[in-house]
Amino acid sequence: MKIKSQKDFFAGLMFLVIGLAFAIGAIDYNIGTGARMGPGYFPLILGVLMSILGIAIGAKGLIVETADGDKIGKWAWKQVFFILAANFAFGILLVGVPALGIPQFGLIVAIYGLVFIASLGGYSFNTKEVAILATCLAVGSYGAFVWALNLQFPVWPSFITG
Amino acid sequence: MELFDNLALGFGVAFTFQNLIYCFIGCLLGTLIGILPGIGPVATIAMLLPATYALPPVAALIMLAGIYYGAQYGGSTTAILVNLPGESSSVVTVIDGYQMARKGRAGPALAAAGIGSFFAGCVGTIILAAFAPPLTEVAFKFGPAEYFSLMTLGLIGAVVLASGSLLKAIAMIVLGLLFGMVGTDVNSGVARYSFDIPELTDGIDFVVIAMGVFGYGEIIANLSKPEDDREVFTAKVTGLMPTAEDFRRMFPAMLRGTALGSCLGILPGGGAMLSAFAAYTIEKKTKLKPGEVPFGQGNIRGVCAPESANNAGSQTSFIPLLTLGIPPNAVMALMVGAMTIHNIQPGPQVMTSNPELFWGLIASMWLGNLMLIILNLPLIGIWIKLLTVPYRWLFPAIVLFCAIGVYGTKNSEFDVWMVGIFGFVGYVFHKLGTEPAPLLLGFILGPMMEENLRRALLLSRGDWSVFVTRPISASFLVLAVILLIIVLLPAVKNRREEAFVED
Repeated sequence: MKIKSQKDFFAGLMFLVIGLAFAIGAIDYNIGTGARMGPGYFPLILGVLMSILGIAIGAKGLIVETADGDKIGKWAWKQVFFILAANFAFGILLVGVPALGIPQFGLIVAIYGLVFIASLGGYSFNTKEVAILATCLAVGSYGAFVWALNLQFPVWPSFITG
Repeated sequence: MELFDNLALGFGVAFTFQNLIYCFIGCLLGTLIGILPGIGPVATIAMLLPATYALPPVAALIMLAGIYYGAQYGGSTTAILVNLPGESSSVVTVIDGYQMARKGRAGPALAAAGIGSFFAGCVGTIILAAFAPPLTEVAFKFGPAEYFSLMTLGLIGAVVLASGSLLKAIAMIVLGLLFGMVGTDVNSGVARYSFDIPELTDGIDFVVIAMGVFGYGEIIANLSKPEDDREVFTAKVTGLMPTAEDFRRMFPAMLRGTALGSCLGILPGGGAMLSAFAAYTIEKKTKLKPGEVPFGQGNIRGVCAPESANNAGSQTSFIPLLTLGIPPNAVMALMVGAMTIHNIQPGPQVMTSNPELFWGLIASMWLGNLMLIILNLPLIGIWIKLLTVPYRWLFPAIVLFCAIGVYGTKNSEFDVWMVGIFGFVGYVFHKLGTEPAPLLLGFILGPMMEENLRRALLLSRGDWSVFVTRPISASFLVLAVILLIIVLLPAVKNRREEAFVED
């Protein structure tokens, strides 16, 4: 059998898997009865409903003819990696990971880390330009979030401030 | 007149120096971010939400409303000048707006959008003020069964009127509802789907989902497209004022757009986008006056009508939120989240228990519209400069604001890990052609739906027929079914697909 719409087929598959996972998870909780709904009641209904929807969408992807096969296309792994890595690096640098022995570097270092890593996912990378951008954003964020809005961030590395 | 008493109370609240300033800052920030191509109102509000945490509730909501209007306004500026709709509701503005800009009439196009929006905003505010109290009365009569059915209708309405595949949209709602189940069950105290992670017992923060899916997901999707050559009409914006001739043509279009937008905005899911589409379609059907530019080639009516309609629609879409506590679209879902952060449970009780907040918010909506027109027309030069900022500078900044915003919500690094995961999830959604907006709506409504279902079934001793034997509840469900049937009719189905493809 040929897949007529890749997008629909895999979306259906995704919904089916997630729906089943939630439904199976719900069975572990007390389901209860209609009059006395347990914590598993509503999630079970939703999980089953989503599995059915997933099957319907997947089936549509197998049956309904599309002009170009509705291809998912190439995955932009490079962009995914750098954007998400930038985000994770920000979190790690901001507060540190004591379990791995990474100290807290604070907001300013974290901003430089995030901007440099994120920029690697862009079309072109110019070290000088990115450095200027990171500096502007670091100064701006310090002014807006720490100074003006008074949000509680660790700003400087813990081994400097003590 | 009670209406005027209420409005007077509202203006009393809104006209304090502090609230005026927050309204102004909100409009300014909203426009600033909203004007950046590729960032819609949902992402803008999610990104700027942390800026309001430290404020008192009234000021925070006023600022958020300002951000919302600013974001919408910024979106239309981008649409006209760069041929890039920043959000779905300005998709039709692009058609004639960009053509006007190419003909050197960007100024009048921007002014038409601004004046149309302001007029629609005034009308929308009055409608909101007039209809909210009676609707609230009705809402107090609703039991849990009615609420559950109303939410079902709201969710169905939201997907029926949205673009794309209906089945996938419904599946996304259910997925959102399921994500809403994560965390401690209020009744039994059981931590559901938390995998023994302490942070997950509080549930997933909606800011995390909004920023991950809308912020990161969109950035990755944008970056994976080849770099585009944006053409910005910077030099050509000269002379803002439309001619007398333009005004004569604009005026009826503005009235029609406003009327249409006000009606459609109240519908669940309708809001801004549908109003804009419908208004443009109607303008296109009316006969052209002699000497008028045809539609699609820069007709000022094609800018003014949809802009009026989408602003009127976004104004009246506050009605279901403020009176029933039910968000009709993703933006309003974010407003619910914002209200919850400030310990306000949206719903009919807000108006009676917290009249300053309620009427103050309504009054500041009008003020926000006024500020936007004062702010934007003279400042247009600055906004245009912003449009020339290249994306390679923009996207690291957006990633940064999302990360800071997520961390700042609860000072929790766990949320930073979560937003990364949801960023990937958002990209998967993009690749699989599933719209993320219904997910957010379902996520916000999930716990409310479960609670109302629980109460309704408890009262009926487990009898599901309660939803069809109570007349109001039954009529909501019938409406939902009718909506579904109408969309699935082959004739309507094809036209719906056409309508959303035409851009």
